[in-house]
Amino acid sequence: MANLMSTFKGSGSYVASKELMNAVNVSIALAKPLLIKGEPGTGKTMLAESIAVSLNKRLISWSIKSTTKAQEGLYVYDTVQRLYDSQFGEGDVGNIKKYIKLGKLGEAFTADEQTVLLIDEIDKADLEFPNDLLWELDRMEFYISETKETVKTKSRPIVIITSNAEKELPDAFLRRCIFHYIEFPDLKRMEEIVKVHYGDIDRRLLDQAMEAFYSIRAMKDIQKKPSTSELLDWLKALMLAGVDVDRIVSEIPLAGVLLKKNQDIDVMYEVKEKGYSLRRW
Amino acid sequence: MFLDFFYLLRVRGLDVSIGEWLSLIEALDKGLCESSLTNFYYLCRGVLIKSESEFDKFDTVFAEYFRGVEGESDLPEEFWRWLEQDARIRDINDKKALDSFLLELEELLKRFRKRVAEQKERHDGGNYWVGTGGTSTMGHGGYNQRGIRAGGESRHKSAVQVAGERNFRDFRQDNVLDTRNFQMAFRRLRQFSSRIDGEKTELDIDETIDETCNNAGNLKLVFGRPRKNTVKLLMLFDSDGSMLPYSEMCSRLFQAVSKSNHFKDIKVYYFHNCVYDHLYTTPRCRKGEWIETKWALGTLDSEYKVIFVGDGAMAPSELTRRGGNVVIGLYNEEPGIEWLAKFKKRYKKAIWLNPIRERDWEYMYGSHTVSQIKEIFPMFELTIDGLEKGIKKLLVK
Repeated sequence: MANLMSTFKGSGSYVASKELMNAVNVSIALAKPLLIKGEPGTGKTMLAESIAVSLNKRLISWSIKSTTKAQEGLYVYDTVQRLYDSQFGEGDVGNIKKYIKLGKLGEAFTADEQTVLLIDEIDKADLEFPNDLLWELDRMEFYISETKETVKTKSRPIVIITSNAEKELPDAFLRRCIFHYIEFPDLKRMEEIVKVHYGDIDRRLLDQAMEAFYSIRAMKDIQKKPSTSELLDWLKALMLAGVDVDRIVSEIPLAGVLLKKNQDIDVMYEVKEKGYSLRRW
Repeated sequence: MFLDFFYLLRVRGLDVSIGEWLSLIEALDKGLCESSLTNFYYLCRGVLIKSESEFDKFDTVFAEYFRGVEGESDLPEEFWRWLEQDARIRDINDKKALDSFLLELEELLKRFRKRVAEQKERHDGGNYWVGTGGTSTMGHGGYNQRGIRAGGESRHKSAVQVAGERNFRDFRQDNVLDTRNFQMAFRRLRQFSSRIDGEKTELDIDETIDETCNNAGNLKLVFGRPRKNTVKLLMLFDSDGSMLPYSEMCSRLFQAVSKSNHFKDIKVYYFHNCVYDHLYTTPRCRKGEWIETKWALGTLDSEYKVIFVGDGAMAPSELTRRGGNVVIGLYNEEPGIEWLAKFKKRYKKAIWLNPIRERDWEYMYGSHTVSQIKEIFPMFELTIDGLEKGIKKLLVK
């Protein structure tokens, strides 16, 4: 079996740890959704893109908002359009199928080839949302009551679900997933990630920036710690601005790219100056 | 098989289900651990554990079970068979043996489930089925030297017994709660109104009919604003001191409230034993980190629903005397009970949640003050049942 299934080995633009690759492959082999958690900016959403690219499959993303309903992911029956059409005699109103619009989940189910389905930030939705999808994700099919049709998948999509842990997910849902927590990358892996994005950048600039970055992350009083995506932005900004490399650690230029809160910037400078901060909020 | 690892996980409080365990077996069967203990570790973790907060616990159990496993001979034999034989290299004969092994496992699990079902009916069950049913039948499969341990060694509680206990826990509504339970209960605290601004997304049938008639029969749809929850909530937590043992439960309740986004407004303040001139803004209850109670009573309109959370246990003087405030240096002109009465007067909908079980209210330390508070606010115990009853009370017109 193991040799038959497609295995994920990371992709050119995404550095995945060995454990993460394993988790992806386990979820593919067991045909269970993979639930990914981790600090913001550790590349949860990117993972699905990378899987799609490396396995050469189509990616279907379903971004969840607080108002998203499970039903929308399956299909929407556009009654209003049908009503209007019947009023003005446009189109074939008798054909209900015309007014059934498949959602992202429905799209993934009906695709001819296996797809990668990303359900992004599932915790943003209503508490009951994951429970409403249990059956569909388990059986990979759903029923359209208007046309009395059952939509079945032709080939089971690879399902990646991300969560920021804003809400706790229901047990029954968790039990059906494979779980992986993306840890914050250590120095070595971070260098790899930077390399993937910017190629060979100036060694001294990178060293200095990394030192500054990890020292800021180590400050306890910072409310919102900078993450990978912020480091990448910062490096780019430093390169574009042509900042003197020797100033990076001592002065933290362009700190606004790393820290998004005013208080955090103040605290950071205070800690740098005195070694501690007394600010509390 | 290392089924006792499964039980050890459960004994140590990791709520691994049979379904998840079978998934793990399936994964091993597919050769996903690629003959390495490290891969096996990550595989187990990914399949069995669903929260990073439990990784640590899992690590401990994993280490405990595989402690001293360095040489190959230290591992249970079956385990090595799993590890070594990848599906790719397993020959046909071996596969057959494996299938029959899985059958046995299934049979065992079936028996296990049946026994659990029995246990549900008999509340005195614990001893019964460990004693008689127990190991002998369970271990009958004979493929595991370590077996399912019942009684005997005291390294950990009898696995079967504990598995049985766990099974009950999910069914008991009045037991310790997690955040999600609280959240679900809080969802009932709703009162809808369409006065709030929002997008017009709901079809207004009556208006649509009127407008369509005015439009000479040509359809004209009218949309209105959906109705939204208008409940405003003021939560007051007793913090510090006698509430320490319940701090975890209160924190879960707090989490649930602060994560609920369906309320129009939520205000949370803290007090020490009883409400006096000040309400603290942090659970640490430090002088200065507070607002004036009078200000709160004046600013937060009477539509707020108030939930007190506290054990209500204190010295009678703290409730009824001037200067009863136990915090040194704070003298209250008005006794605590007067302040509570002010809340009662201002807010028609107010309840008190008590983390102590209702059956103990009459006998515990502080029963006197509890009964006095009970006369002012309807009091409920801090369980799902209690919270639901309380919320019903808050919603009565």
